[in-house]
Amino acid sequence: MQSSAHTADGAAPVPRLAAHFASLEVQTHAARLGMWLFLATEILLFAGLFVCYGCYRFLYPEAWAAGSRSLDLTMGTVNTVVLITSSLTAALAVHYAKEGKNKMVGIMFALTLLMAIGFLVIKYFEYSHKFHIGTLPGRYYTYEGMQMPGITLYFTVYFCSTALHALHVLIGMGVLTVAMIRAFTKADFGPNNFTMVELGSMYWHLVDLVWIFLFPMLYLV
Amino acid sequence: MTPSSSLDTAGAAPHGEHHDHHPSYLVDGTTIKSWLLTVDHKRIGLMFLFWVLLFFLVGGIFALLIRIELLTPGPTIMDAMTYNRTFTLHGLVMIFLFMIPAIPAVFGNFMLPLMLGAKDVAFPRLNLASLYIYLAGAVIALWGMLNGGLDTGWTFYTPYSTHTTTTVAPVLFGAFIIGFSSIATGINFIVTCHTMRAPGITWFKMPLFVWAIYATSCIQVLATPVIGLLLVLVTVENLFSFGMFDPARGGDPVLFQHLFWFYSHPAVYIMVLPAFGVMSEIVSTYSRKNIFGYRAVAYSSLGIAFVGFFAWGHHMFVSGQSTFDAGVFGVLTMLVGVFTAIKVFNWIGTVYKGAVDFKTPFAYFCGFLFFTVFGGMTGIALGTVSLDVPWHDTYFVVAHFHFIMVGATIMAFLAALHYWFPKMFGRMYHEGWGLVSAALIILGFNATFIPQFLLGNNGMPRRYYDYPERFQALNVASTAGASLLAFGFIIIALYLAYALVYGKAAGKNPWRSKGYEWVSESPPPTHNFVGPQPTFPEEPHFYVDPKKAEVPDAV
Repeated sequence: MQSSAHTADGAAPVPRLAAHFASLEVQTHAARLGMWLFLATEILLFAGLFVCYGCYRFLYPEAWAAGSRSLDLTMGTVNTVVLITSSLTAALAVHYAKEGKNKMVGIMFALTLLMAIGFLVIKYFEYSHKFHIGTLPGRYYTYEGMQMPGITLYFTVYFCSTALHALHVLIGMGVLTVAMIRAFTKADFGPNNFTMVELGSMYWHLVDLVWIFLFPMLYLV
Repeated sequence: MTPSSSLDTAGAAPHGEHHDHHPSYLVDGTTIKSWLLTVDHKRIGLMFLFWVLLFFLVGGIFALLIRIELLTPGPTIMDAMTYNRTFTLHGLVMIFLFMIPAIPAVFGNFMLPLMLGAKDVAFPRLNLASLYIYLAGAVIALWGMLNGGLDTGWTFYTPYSTHTTTTVAPVLFGAFIIGFSSIATGINFIVTCHTMRAPGITWFKMPLFVWAIYATSCIQVLATPVIGLLLVLVTVENLFSFGMFDPARGGDPVLFQHLFWFYSHPAVYIMVLPAFGVMSEIVSTYSRKNIFGYRAVAYSSLGIAFVGFFAWGHHMFVSGQSTFDAGVFGVLTMLVGVFTAIKVFNWIGTVYKGAVDFKTPFAYFCGFLFFTVFGGMTGIALGTVSLDVPWHDTYFVVAHFHFIMVGATIMAFLAALHYWFPKMFGRMYHEGWGLVSAALIILGFNATFIPQFLLGNNGMPRRYYDYPERFQALNVASTAGASLLAFGFIIIALYLAYALVYGKAAGKNPWRSKGYEWVSESPPPTHNFVGPQPTFPEEPHFYVDPKKAEVPDAV
């Protein structure tokens, strides 16, 4: 990601072209391609967990059904809506960045971040409930109400995948915070320079996308 | 970014018209900081070379300790637990810290932009970051190895790895971090190939080394995340007993093996595909002939990368996998042999009627050809289920993967080191010593591992500390071979170190090669080329008349 050189006289911001690129288009193309490849690796990271999920679901269908029914569907649904909406505001930020409306970029990212915090708060309530009743992974599983082979594995998969997802939410929040601060303080995004906003937003869409897989897998099916 | 390492803005006039004003990358900035914070792909490649060689030394010393221990049955120089830790450390260091980064991170980094006529890789700062991520992972993993050690072998098979009291967590976490470095390098090279090619370099005018690195990078990007996840899961399980792969809690250890080999089998091609790329360059240069079947060689790299993803199950023939699965994985494994054979035939076709200039890198090419074909053929044999079952986890397997992974890669690494030494340092080494040490190393390698084929075939299992009397003669032979190998490496270290300081100037293109990387100076200036971006009107490896190969025009 290339930052822009802010001109001292207040003229239109000019994005900086690193010397090793032939042109600005090539530089943007490279940044975008790099990000897409990185996102592919992220999807593959989660794909490993999906394989574990599929394998154990096949081995322990009853435990999987019982485990998935024990989750709070309302909280999960609200979280899904919150996260999808946050993706919308992240996409709008890119739209405004292309128009050079830096204030709107900042506001949109601020909204995205608020919703991300909301997501994590709901997640916190879900987690603390599970900590309370003891539906935890592996040897920490103490809940008496649900006893069948493979049930502890369901919660292992549940906690591993949601925790890894939550970690990605936190990383995404960090990226968006940096972009938001830049938009507010430096106001240097514009038609020629929105790579950072675009890539940050792409990362946020990935976080959203992974959740869109996790939600039906863990809560619905 | 420091002033010395920041890149000039495009179009800004360089410091002068004369070549003298463009110092080589080696002397452009001499402070420690100018090296440690550089974004120049050549300096990063050189720093990688330093660390990779250091870890090779560490792994090599531990290999020798294993060989000395196995010199006699029963305890020789260490106890059984130390032995377990020693072979684990040997495997881990050699695979994660040497073999995987060796050619891509050192020579890929150095040569890829030069071969594409680019000033640098696409993301220079990410490139530097990948060096430090690699070092951070190495430090964490080695710290774990020294504080308690790990006795699982480099494959970390569960449930043993989740129950052993040795330090699994830091070592696995270190390997996980090293994976990030591998991914970052892979992404960087793919994007570089897509966006940084000089005008005129179409996809099918890229040198074959670039093709090989491109295919390798695809594997790195696609396979590494899976093992990253797996290492995290095993670490978590080892620390907190989550039971993901623990049969006592309903977990499936075979699932671990699937996920592990989904990365670790393609990882073999991360090691060996760059080696194939190096050999394509070398065989063309020293035969003074255009590479035979350029497109077939390029496509077969992608073919190996692709098929390599569907062969992992051959590590699990005896894991309780169904006979049908085993058959499918066996056939898919043999497909790799088809693509590799395409390359081998094309190399031989290139040498045929060429004007062979038998220099040190070409000597390594000969060794490489033998190791690849012999190692590859034993691989086909091992891919046959009925043969794999008796050979499984014996020294036959050890000898096989050392032949193909280590033999082929070491040959290519040394060939690349000798071939590009003049380009990287601007100096020549002593050809006679080069040939002597190449002969020593090829002989030593055969003497080390051919006895192991026989040992395995006679039934000696791998990773065992003790063995019956009747295996001793072959073990002694193997240890003797390993000593010869070590001796060869010492000679190389000595004459290359000498050449670094006292070697005579190499000039721009000492091998009269048509490779694109020889167009720039030796050693190249910081931004690789003096003046405007070069164009490459001819195809790479383009020799008009093998008997009178011409030096390419200076740009």
